[in-house]
Formats: sequence, structure tokens, C-alpha cells
Amino acid sequence: MNQAPPSPPSQASQVSPAPQAAIPSARAKPHTRPATPRWFALLGNLWRLLTTNRKIATGSGIVGFFVLVALFGPLFVHESPLSYTLTITQPPSAAHWLGTNQSGQDLFSQLVIGTRSSLFWSFLTGLIVVAISVTVGLVGGFFGGIIDDALSLVTSVFLVIPSFPLAIVAVQYFNHSTLTIALVVALTNWPWGARVMRAQTLSIRNREFVTAARASGERAWRLIFFEIFPNEIAIVAASFITTTIQVLLAVAGLEFLGLGDTTTVSWGNTLYSAYSSSALLQGAWWWFAPPGLCIALLGSGLALLNFGIDEIADPRLRELKRRARSPFGKALGRLWNRSAAPAEQSEHGQSAEGGAA
Amino acid sequence: MKRLLRRLGIYLLAIWAAVTVNFFLPRLAPGNPADAVFFRLAQHGAVSAATRKALEAEFGVDTTDPLWLQYLHYLNNLLHGNLGVSITYFPANVSDVIAQNIGWTLALLTMSVVISFTLGTLIGVFMAWKRGSALDTTLSSVMTFLYSILYPWLALVAVYFLGFKLGWFPFSDGYDSSTTTMGWNLDFILSAAQHAVLPALTLVVSTVAGWMLTMRNSMITTLSEDYILMARAKGLTSRRVMFAYAARNALLPSVTGFAIAIGAVVGGQLLVEIVFSYPGIGFALYQAIQNQDYALADGILLLVIIVTVVMNLIVDLLYTVLDPRTRLERTA
Repeated sequence: MNQAPPSPPSQASQVSPAPQAAIPSARAKPHTRPATPRWFALLGNLWRLLTTNRKIATGSGIVGFFVLVALFGPLFVHESPLSYTLTITQPPSAAHWLGTNQSGQDLFSQLVIGTRSSLFWSFLTGLIVVAISVTVGLVGGFFGGIIDDALSLVTSVFLVIPSFPLAIVAVQYFNHSTLTIALVVALTNWPWGARVMRAQTLSIRNREFVTAARASGERAWRLIFFEIFPNEIAIVAASFITTTIQVLLAVAGLEFLGLGDTTTVSWGNTLYSAYSSSALLQGAWWWFAPPGLCIALLGSGLALLNFGIDEIADPRLRELKRRARSPFGKALGRLWNRSAAPAEQSEHGQSAEGGAA
Repeated sequence: MKRLLRRLGIYLLAIWAAVTVNFFLPRLAPGNPADAVFFRLAQHGAVSAATRKALEAEFGVDTTDPLWLQYLHYLNNLLHGNLGVSITYFPANVSDVIAQNIGWTLALLTMSVVISFTLGTLIGVFMAWKRGSALDTTLSSVMTFLYSILYPWLALVAVYFLGFKLGWFPFSDGYDSSTTTMGWNLDFILSAAQHAVLPALTLVVSTVAGWMLTMRNSMITTLSEDYILMARAKGLTSRRVMFAYAARNALLPSVTGFAIAIGAVVGGQLLVEIVFSYPGIGFALYQAIQNQDYALADGILLLVIIVTVVMNLIVDLLYTVLDPRTRLERTA
């Protein structure tokens, strides 16, 4: 019984780079679409995807919670996070759930409002990083030759330069806005993803379906973005999650140094004000503990998502006691095994090759 | 050998690229960084004509030289170790400030990285071996949390609870300057070690998870290889199978990961030093940012890159020792 998600026939998959298109359509038997509406089936698949693996379930629970807080939390906060009051440096109480700081600002509202900006900027920066690394990796891996040599060289060089110190030095010359930080972090964090994408592209570019499309006279950019790219969606997603953790920490780190826009509210800015007004020596743990805890929790949620994906990708990493998997999990597992295993091989091969070259 | 030469070329390029980015940044930046520096310098009193000229050249203002000549001057200065004058520690040279602080940073870095890599790798080996046990499950959750922790935040927590509340360890400065003098005497060394405990602990706790998770995964993959089954079937002791057969091979991806992660670790350490007011280059960097001391910050960046590159080189050499395949190619 083929319960695989309604994967469109291969021609359709070329024009819809949606995640479903990533299912190896060449293998899927042609079948008629189920009678249920498409979005309904999609929701069902999403639900099964989230619940097949315990790590993915926990991870998406945590991330989902923070996303909800970011979206709707500010609606429930009536106290302005930056307004000064006379109740200064108070420990948590019923009136101020997380206490107040030295200026009498309510720290709970700072935390909730800060969630929105911290999440927004991390995800946005993560997206920019992934866009850069996907482009560099795909173009290099696809064209090979001198283009690949040049791009690989740039990637290796920037992989060596420590991104965080470079970001510090770069940010200090420009005005301290969150956008500056996001751009600087994006421009210093792309090489790792680019390398992964290149290895992946190398393993895909000579598969039959690419050769077939090439023979039918498709142009290069179409081959890259409509033939190869959809098959790498899974890896792109994993790379996006890893990148978002890094970016979350990098942005918070820069803000902690006071390089952020201190007129806005974010987790990193709360940490900066706590550190620079020596909250420590006043014993105000409620000032610095919650934002850092939130960063670590959100990061753990994202990391769990990633480990879950890794387990689906590499069956050897899976826990030994397992429930039966749903057909979608199996389909995804197949996709992952197909797309992830060669990447590993080619990376190993590449390092040996790099040695021989 | 060729592999090493290739890596060496990449490292030199990396240093050059960073230096070049550094050269163009103040020239791209809006406003006039040199003005800020003049203003700060004027607060210290005299700004000699020569200093003024040097600064103008550094930031590329009020100079008639074409860009390429400015660039050559800049490179020439760097090659001669002339990194400019620090405003924060005026009138000290940046190179002197860095020379004073680098020892502290390197000592702390080496100590914490060696401890955390060894510890993380060992725990990873055991977790993979006892996979699925209560120990593995618990540690995995804890490590996932530690994996995404913000270094300076952990430092704040450590300072607050272990230093400030419990008073177990000193939590600022590198040594007790009131009772000891710097030098090779026992008092100083003991005091420095005591002051290094909390920063090192923070660094170990925040980096151990990364090494551990890498090792666990790579060990699990290795354990399913046929030669492990063979080794077990031969009746070798499990300790021998665990270390001589599995761990040794699983270590390779870990070592590669080490080279990639080291830059991030150095960056994180800078932040930890700031929280502990540790007298390393991290704290100097913080001072530089607070005082718009561009020359000092640039100098520190250059140094951090050199440290990272040297660490990478050590890893490359280590890799040659660990992986016989990289040595075989010489004869091929």
C-alpha cells in the first residue's frame, strides 16, 4: 500500500521546489491523488513527521513554544519593557514575575518582547547565511573546474578565519543597528554550509536525472535550482537549523559586548545591561539568568530537531528500542539515506583527494 | 607532505584575507573613524604631527596617496609588527599591549581545550559503548543543553554562584596582585592557577558537549563496522575493542571537527575572559570596543587569527600521525 505523500510526477516536481518535490519521484510509483484536499494530507504528513522521532517531537515542541511567545507574547504584555519605575532591583514577585532591574524596568516584559526580536533576527540571519552558502556550494559543485577551485579556495580561507572576532571588529566601524549585526554575522558564517552543499552537489550532479535534463537542453541555472536543489532540501533544512543556533549565539554574543542597538529589547541586550551595570555584584540573578536560559533552551530545541533529522538520515544513530515507523517516516528515511550517505562518502573521499592533490 | 603545503597556503591566504578586510573596513565605514580616534587621543594631551599622519594613513583620510600605495604601506607596517598606538593604554603600542596579554590567553586556551577535548572524547566513547543506557540518555540531554549555551552567560552564572555566593574561587583578575608579584615564583603560580579555575571550568563545560556529541556519533558509526564484529568474534577484551579498534578510528572525524571548531572556541574564550576580567586579550578587546580603540581591536583580531591558524596546523600534523593514509600517499 503506497501511502507516500502525494508526490507529483517528475515533470511537476521540476517546477515546484516545495519540500515534497524532494521525494525521489523517479522511484515513486505513479498513482492518483487521494480524494482528500492536498493541504489536509500535508498537515497529516507534517504531524507524522513531527511525532515519528522523539527528538524531533521534543525539539519542535520547544521551538514551537518560543515561536508562539514571539508571535503572541507581546500582545499579553502591558508593561512597557523600557519604562523606568521606582521599584528598582526587585527580586521576582507577583507584580514583576522576573523582578526589575536597576532602572526599575520590568524584566519579564523584556524577556517576552525580546523573544520576538531575538527569534526574528536569528531566523532571518540564518536564512541569509543559508542562501549564501547554498548558492556558493551549488554553483561551485555544479560547474566544477576553475569556478569551483576559486569558490572552494575562498570557502577554505574563510573557514579558517574565526568568524566571531572578525564580526566584532567589523561591527565596531558601522552604526550599531541589529541589521548591521545580522549582515556581519551572515557574512562571517557561511563557509561551513557552503562546503557541505558543495559535497552534496558533487554527488548529485552526475545522477541520471540531471544528465537527462542536461541532454534535453536545460540551461545551467535551471539545472542547478530546479533539478539539483530540490534534492538537497533536506540537507538545506539541517544546515539552516545548525546555522540558526550559531547565529543566535553570535548575535547574542555581539549584543552582550554592547555592539547591538541598545535602544531595542532583546535577550542579548538584557544580558549586556545586566553585565555592564554589574547585576552580579548586586546579587540580581533574575536579571541575567532568564535571557541566557532562554537562549540555551531555544538552542537545545533546535539542536534536538537536528539530531532527530540525523537519526532519520543515519539509521545507525537511532535508538535501539523503536516504535514502528509511519510510511512517511520511511519515505523520508529513504530520501535521507539516498541523499545523505553519498555526501559523507564524498566528503571523506574529498579529504583523501585533497591530500593526494 | 603536499597536503600540508596546501593547508599552509590556505592559512597564509586566510591571514592575508583577514588583513585585507581589515584594511578596507574603515575605508568603507560611514563617518570618519579617524576623527573619533583624534578626539580620544586629544584627551590624552599631545597629538604629534607624526602620530596624526600615521593615523590618517591607517584610516585612509586626508591622504593623497592612491589606494594601492596606502595598502602597501599598511602591509609593510604589519610585517614590521607595527600595529599602531593603543588609545586605551595610551601611549603604549598595540603590539606591546598584546604581548603583555597574550600569555594569559594562550595558557587558559591550551589548558581548557586540552581538558575539554580529552574529557569530551572519552565521555563520547563511553556513551556510544553504553548506548541506550540510562547514563547515555541522561548525558545526551544534558549535553544537548550545554551544546547551545552562551559562553559569557555561563561565565556570569559561574561567577555569581561559585565565586560571589559561595566564595569558593576568586572570580576576577588573573592573579592576586596585592600579595604576589608576577614571575616564576610558587606564590604567583598558585595564585594564577587558583584564578584560572573558574574561567577554565566555564570554558570546559561550554565546549565539552561539542566534542562529546561528535565523538559519540562517529563512534556509533564505527561500532557497526565489520572489523569491530570480527574483533569481538576473535574474543578480544572489550576494552581493547573499544579503544584500539573503535575509538582510534572514530577519532578522525573528531579531529577534523576540532580544527573547524577551534575558531569558535577562541571567540568564545574572548567573551569568557571579559566576564572574569581575566588579563588576556579578550578583556583588552572589550576595552578597545568601549573606547573605540580600532588599532587595538584590529591587532587583536590579527593575533586571534594567527592563534587559530597555528592550532589548525597542529591539528593537521596530528592528523598525519593518526591517519596512516595521509602518510602512504608519499610513496604513491
